[in-house]
Order: sequence, then C-alpha cells, then structure tokens
Amino acid sequence: MTALDMPPQAAGPRSAPGNGLRRRALAWLAPRPQAQAWTLLAPGTVWMLGFFLVPVIVMCAYSVMPRGEYGGVDPGFTIEAYTRFLHPVYLTILERTFVLAVATTVLSALAGYPVAYTIARSGRWKSLLLFLVVLPFWTSFLVRTFAMIFLMRDTGLINSWLIAAGLRQEPIPMLYTPFSVLAGLVYGYLPFMVLPIYASLEKLDPALLEAAEVLGARPAARFRRVTLPLSAPGLIAGCLLVFIPSLGSYLTSDLLGGAKELLIGNLVQNQFSTARNWPFGSAASFILMIVVLAAVLVYLRLRPPDTVRGW
Amino acid sequence: MGASGIGKLPRWLVAFTAVCLFLMHLPVLVLIVFSFNASKFAVTWTGFTLAWYRRLLERDDILHALQASLIVGITATAIAVTLGTLIALALARHRFRGRTIYEGMMYVPIVTPEIVTGISLLVLFVFLRMPLGLATIIIAHVAFCVPFVVVVVVARLAGMDENLEEAAMTLGADEVTTFFRVTLPLLWPGILSAALLSFILSFDDFVITSLVAGSGSSTLPLVIYSMVRRNIEPSINAISALIVVATSVLLYVSDRMSRRNEPSHA
Amino acid sequence: MTSPAVEFHRVSKSFGATKAVDSISFNIERGEFFSILGPSGCGKTTTLRLLAGFETPDPDGGEVRILGEVVNDKRPYERQIAMVFQNYALFPHLSVERNIAFGLEQRRTPRSEIAGRVARALDLVRLSPQTFARRSPTQLSGGQRQRVALARALVLDPAILLLDEPLGAIDLQLRKEMQLELKALNKQLGTTFLYVTHDQEEALTMSDRIAVMSHARIAQLGTPAEIYENPRTAFVAKFIGESNFLDGRITDRADAWWEVEGRGGIRFRIPVLNGLAPGQDVHIAVRPEWLDVFRPDAVPAGENAIPGTVRDVVYLGETMHVVVSAPSTPDITVALRNEGQLINPLPWRRGDPATVAWRPEDCQILEDE
Repeated sequence: MTALDMPPQAAGPRSAPGNGLRRRALAWLAPRPQAQAWTLLAPGTVWMLGFFLVPVIVMCAYSVMPRGEYGGVDPGFTIEAYTRFLHPVYLTILERTFVLAVATTVLSALAGYPVAYTIARSGRWKSLLLFLVVLPFWTSFLVRTFAMIFLMRDTGLINSWLIAAGLRQEPIPMLYTPFSVLAGLVYGYLPFMVLPIYASLEKLDPALLEAAEVLGARPAARFRRVTLPLSAPGLIAGCLLVFIPSLGSYLTSDLLGGAKELLIGNLVQNQFSTARNWPFGSAASFILMIVVLAAVLVYLRLRPPDTVRGW
Repeated sequence: MGASGIGKLPRWLVAFTAVCLFLMHLPVLVLIVFSFNASKFAVTWTGFTLAWYRRLLERDDILHALQASLIVGITATAIAVTLGTLIALALARHRFRGRTIYEGMMYVPIVTPEIVTGISLLVLFVFLRMPLGLATIIIAHVAFCVPFVVVVVVARLAGMDENLEEAAMTLGADEVTTFFRVTLPLLWPGILSAALLSFILSFDDFVITSLVAGSGSSTLPLVIYSMVRRNIEPSINAISALIVVATSVLLYVSDRMSRRNEPSHA
Repeated sequence: MTSPAVEFHRVSKSFGATKAVDSISFNIERGEFFSILGPSGCGKTTTLRLLAGFETPDPDGGEVRILGEVVNDKRPYERQIAMVFQNYALFPHLSVERNIAFGLEQRRTPRSEIAGRVARALDLVRLSPQTFARRSPTQLSGGQRQRVALARALVLDPAILLLDEPLGAIDLQLRKEMQLELKALNKQLGTTFLYVTHDQEEALTMSDRIAVMSHARIAQLGTPAEIYENPRTAFVAKFIGESNFLDGRITDRADAWWEVEGRGGIRFRIPVLNGLAPGQDVHIAVRPEWLDVFRPDAVPAGENAIPGTVRDVVYLGETMHVVVSAPSTPDITVALRNEGQLINPLPWRRGDPATVAWRPEDCQILEDE
C-alpha cells in the first residue's frame, strides 16, 4: 500500500461505470449468452433471411406455377418447367455448361499450379508476384471481359496485327466461339486457383522436403510424394473456386460467346428478359443453385479435416 | 526458408509463370494503352490523345451512372459492414446454439451464382410490387456483401487475442467500454478491408444489378455493358482504365494500412 | 471481523456435460500468497476465471466471496481484482504508459494523479519511466512485457491480484528472478496474490499455501512443506517432486510401528496411524532423498531395508541418482548429494549388490484417490 501511495477510498468498492440504463441492460445480458449473441445477430440475420432465403423460396415457388402470359405466373401448380428440361435442347445446354466448367477448372489447375509453386518459392519476389495475382482478382470482371473482346474480335488487336504483319489475309474468327468463352473463363478465374494453392504451398515446412531428400527422394519423387499430396487441399479448394463460378457464369458467355454458346446462366436470364417464361427461368435457376451446392458438399466430403477454412 | 529463391527453380517453370502472369495482365494493359490512342478504330496506334477522357466528362449518362454507383456503393457498404461486423462479433466471441450451422450458412450466398441471387431478388421484388430502382439495388448489394464482410471480420477477430478484452474488464471497463476502447480499435484494419471489399463488389457488380435496377436507374457497369454491346469506341477504354487505376490505388492504400496496424502476436 | 480475501464455498462449474470445477471449497487469507497447482485440464484455470468473473458458477453451484461479499453475479469490472494474463494481454494499440493508465481512467481517477501513479507503478516493477513510458508493448522483450502487465494490475491496488501462469513464457534465469520479486512484492504491498501454475517448483518457491488440483477437485491444500513432506495421495506425491511407491498389507504391530508385508516377501515398518488395522492394504511413498544405499551387510539397525542390485547411476549435477532394482517392486530411485565425482566418486557400479534403507518415520502413508 505504502509504495503506491493509494488514496484511502481506492480500496473501497469500485465506482460502477456507465449510466443506470446501460448498467441494467448489461446486468440482464451478462448471464444470458444466447440473448447476447442474438442481439448482435438479429439485424444481419433478418436482412439475410428477407433478402436471400425468402427470395430463393419465392423463386422455388414460382418454378412450380403455371406461366403467366406476359411474364410472371398464374395461380396453380405444375411441374412442367422441370419436365421441359428433358428436351434435348436444354439437356445440351446443361451438358455444355458442365463440360465448359470442367475444362475451365482443368486448364486453370494446369496453369495455376506451376504459377503458385513458383510464387511460393520466389523468395524476395514473392510479395510482388502475389500482388500481380491478386490485382486481377479485384479488377472489374466486366472491364476484364471487355478487354478480351478488344483483343479477340475480328477487328481486334490480335487480328489487326496478324493481318498487318502479312501472316493472314482474313481475320481468324476467335470471338463468339467455344474457344473465346473458355479463354475468357480461364482468364477470369485463374486467380481463384492460384491463391489457395499458393497458400497451401506456403505453409509447407521446407524441412519436410529436406527430410525427403535425406531419405533418398530425387526431385521428381520429392514433388510427387511430398509436395503434391501436401498441397492437395489447396488444389482441391482452387478447383472448387473455379468450378462454381464457371458453372454459374453469365457475363462471359453473354459477351464472348454469342447466341450459339448459350449456358445455363444465359438460359435463366433469357427466360426473364426475352422469353418471358418465369417458371422455367426459376426452375433453371433453382437447378443451377442445387448443382452448385452439391459441388460444395462433395468438396466438403473430399476435404481433409485439417484444411484451413476459406481462401 | 533457407533453400529458396527464384534462381533455384527450373528455368522453364519461371518462364511459364512469367508468361502466365503477363497474359493475365496483357488485355487490361492493352486496353489502358489504347485509351490514349487518337484513332477511333482503336486497333492501330495513330497518336497520343486525351480526347476520350475529355469525352467522358461530356456524357451525362456516364456521370449520372457514376453518381448512382457511388451512392449505391457507399450506402450498401455502410449497411453491410455494420450488419456483418455484428454477426462476426457474435460468431467469434459468443457461444450460442447453432453457431456452427450459422457460420456454414454464411457461405451459401457466397457460392450461389450471381444470376441465381439476382433472379430470386427480382422475383421477390415483383412479387412484393416494389418499384425497381436505387433502393432495390442497395438492398440486393447489402445482401451479397454481408457474408463477405462476416468472413473478413471473423478472420481478423480470430487472430485477435481474446485476453485483451478480458484484461480490459479486469481493469474496470464494462462490455460497452471494452468494445469501444479495445475491440474496435484493434478491429479497424479488418473492418476497413471488409469495407473496401464490399465497396468494390458493389461498385463492380453487373449481373445482379442489371436484374434489379429497373429501367430508371443505371449504375456504371450497366452503362459500360450497353456501350460494349452497342458500339465499341475508345471512351470505354478510358472509363475502364480509370476504374482499373482507381481499384489498384484503393487496394494498395488498404494493403499499406492493414500492414501498419498488424496486431503483434506477442 | 475481517473476512478472508477470498472464499470458495462448494463451488461447481460445468461446461456441457464436463465438470470443470466440482464442489471445491477453500479460503484465501488477506495478504496471503496462494497458489493453485495442477496439470492442464485439472480445473485451475476455471477456478481463476470464476474468481475473476469471466465464468459464473452453475446454478446452485455454491458461492464465491471476495472480502466477505458474494460476487457470483458481479461482472469482472465490478470486482476488486486485477489480473496478469499468461500472454500478458497488453493492448498493442496503446503505449506502456496508456496501458497502465487504462484502469485508472476507467475508475475516473483525476488526470493530475494518473501520471504520478503510472510512474510509481513502473518504478515498483523496476522499469525506468523515462525509458519505457512511451514505448509500444510490441517493442518490449518478454520480461519487460511481464513487468508492464504487473504494473498495470498493481497500479489499481486490487484486493486480490490474479496471476495466470505469468512466468511460463520467459527463460529460466529471468523466471527465477521474477519468482523472488513477486514474493517480495506480495510481502511489501500486502496485496493478496492468487497464482495459478503447473510448475511445482514455482509454487513451492513463492507460496504461503498451495492448493493442488486434480480432476476438478482439490487433492490437497497446505503449506509447501506439508504438501511436499506429507502428500495425501499418490497423485500429489507424483506431481510434486519425485517419489518411490510401495504397496503392502499390515500384518501386525511391532513396538511403535505397524509391520507391513509387500509382494515378494518384502517387509517394512510404517508409523502407527489412526484408522489403520492389521489386514489392511496400504500404499506408501518415500522421497528419493530420504533413502540411502548400503552394502547388504552394513544396513543400520532399525531401518527398513530392501535388498537389490544397482541398475544405474545417474549424474544430475547437484545430486546423484542410484537406481536399484529389487525383485517384485518397481525400480527404487535413491538421491544422494553429489560430493564431487572427480575427487570423491560414489562407490556404486552397475550390477553391485545394494540394499536400499530408510527410517520408518519417513514413510508417507497415502490415501486412496
């Protein structure tokens, strides 16, 4: 006591902070952890229920109602919108979307892994290279898609240069082909592949590679038996992060694909703009959502338990 | 890492990475360069000009759209950051029934394709007979930004020592004071990066906005889209270049700020 | 009518189905240096957090009192406690000075007083205010952070100072120094200290009394000497220091001793104690330093003796351990003072026949757990 020269009242009961109302509210909340949590959760939860869950439910309801003449729906119940999907035209669209999403994922993985590997081992270049990967991630997707048009259209930069250089008489048709959509998707989603792979390679303890070396593994074996299995969680996460938006992509095929390369996303949009078949559009949209959530569930089953969450 | 450095990697690997990174940036770089090109046809270089930028200032639709985008971006971000931060605090600092499920559900809107979110909101707004316009755009943007805010802020809170808040309480601060004097100052960098992410998501969004905007109001991406569809002229390059540069600057600034405020893990 | 600083009366706390603290009772006297010692998961941290107010006892889970007042429903900021955290929990966004002033500001201490009290608190923990006041906690070494955390707590002159393994993260040399300083501060200021640790040596060095916890209960409460020299259970004997354990059954009484027969025909004597009777099983412990080794023909009369062979001689610096294996008992460790192996080496070699001996009064009779 003497050392700190305490005034005598300092040892008495502590003056309670805050005003009466605040004190009473806190005293009421203190023994009620559920109430505390839901006080914080309430506003955001109400918003998300009202403007995410409820819309999805309404959309789901619309998908089983008869089509209204000028858009919208009429009262009643029908599963016509779903049976319509069995028509070859729509099955083709489903198949095309799926194939394209798989191709995008595979190409992104083939390109993204070496890039992520190099960045993880690039020493003092690391932060710069990482910034170069992150930057497109944040750049407007619309602007980047437009940039692809600027390069690929018949009067675009690539074709003009080819012709100017005398390599071609006619422009190579690149835009509005399956190739341009695939290129656009890979270009658009490659950062989603690189970042999680990089994150898992970064965590890899270099001592493990040295241990493999001491145990007699040559570089190729070391990669195959140590690096690759340990970075598999990142690779799988990257594949999911590319596969999902590719499945639901709309803008890329809309701008780079033209009418022939219709994907589910465009089919949905058409039903609400030109075709005015809301039940069918809602059904297509609902199916798309289910497929995406199924892909996530498959991922959660595949994922080893110790994977870090998020990206 | 002792045995690291770009020099130790196989040549082909470094070359491959360089090409990939170059291709990732080539289209946008070309776009920016040609925004200064005098030729209207934009594929051959005929001289330097700022005409396309000047032209932007003359176009009322672009200026109005920019204004709309800023209003939407700032309002939606403010709401989303508030709601999302509160949810994140509950998830990271409170035990409540169904916490794990709640946290998992936060990822559902993130993985749901934009076209699905947009269509379902459109259907809801029509069902409720709500007039489409800035208000519906803001509502939609908040809905898709909140989960991202939650993820970013939860990550920041997870890296923050819970003992700090307990220490404040043993020093006589009640829950409210502790929040404002300890939690919030330490959480700022996380909230700022969440706000930045939220603003950029909102500012860049085309798919959802195009569905819930109605005919009266246009944000910048909607105007750019119609320009791309109709006739391609170099003022799109100019506006695109401005957006890319603005985004990069924002990103750089936020990166510097969050690095300076990195909490020590001591 | 001075009530104790802290009273726990049949306090319980469960998390879901697990009981973290199971109906424990103890008092801490004013000015006492009281330690709670136990392995991780024994409930010591929960006990501390119950006192701090971060956890509240179960409904009908007993009473926690501070200075005679029931505090079960009081929030941490309504209790007269201060705490030093295991990782110090210094606010990284505030300078050293502002960290220490935090509690004073919260208590509406006049601004004019704060600077002086902060400076005195820094002096108290031997940090120069001129050098350290304006630094950020991130610029301090572990030991310095430790001192700032202590100053931040002591500046409030709390009724009780809670210390949650605060010395765990600093190196051995500094830890020893801080142990003595903490003990000195406790005596100098007269503040009650509650110290939670898993390090038995730390608890023995500093404490007036120690509560040893195991499985959510207090296994034993007593002074360091009582705990070390008279452990009540095998857990306490094992957790604090080293011990040799022997089992047997009481056969009959010989003079002032019970005669015990162990496995393999070993016989030894133990002190007569209430509640023991012939035919009963007993477990005893003997500290290694209370044992000695002799040639089989040189055992002093009246001592318990177990014949065996030397299995190993271990050099430990201050002491030498002679490990003797005897039939039907676990190996017995005997600690001998190291009188210099270069000048005066121990006469024992591996394989030598040797008899372990000790005085019957040095047997610690253990209760069942």
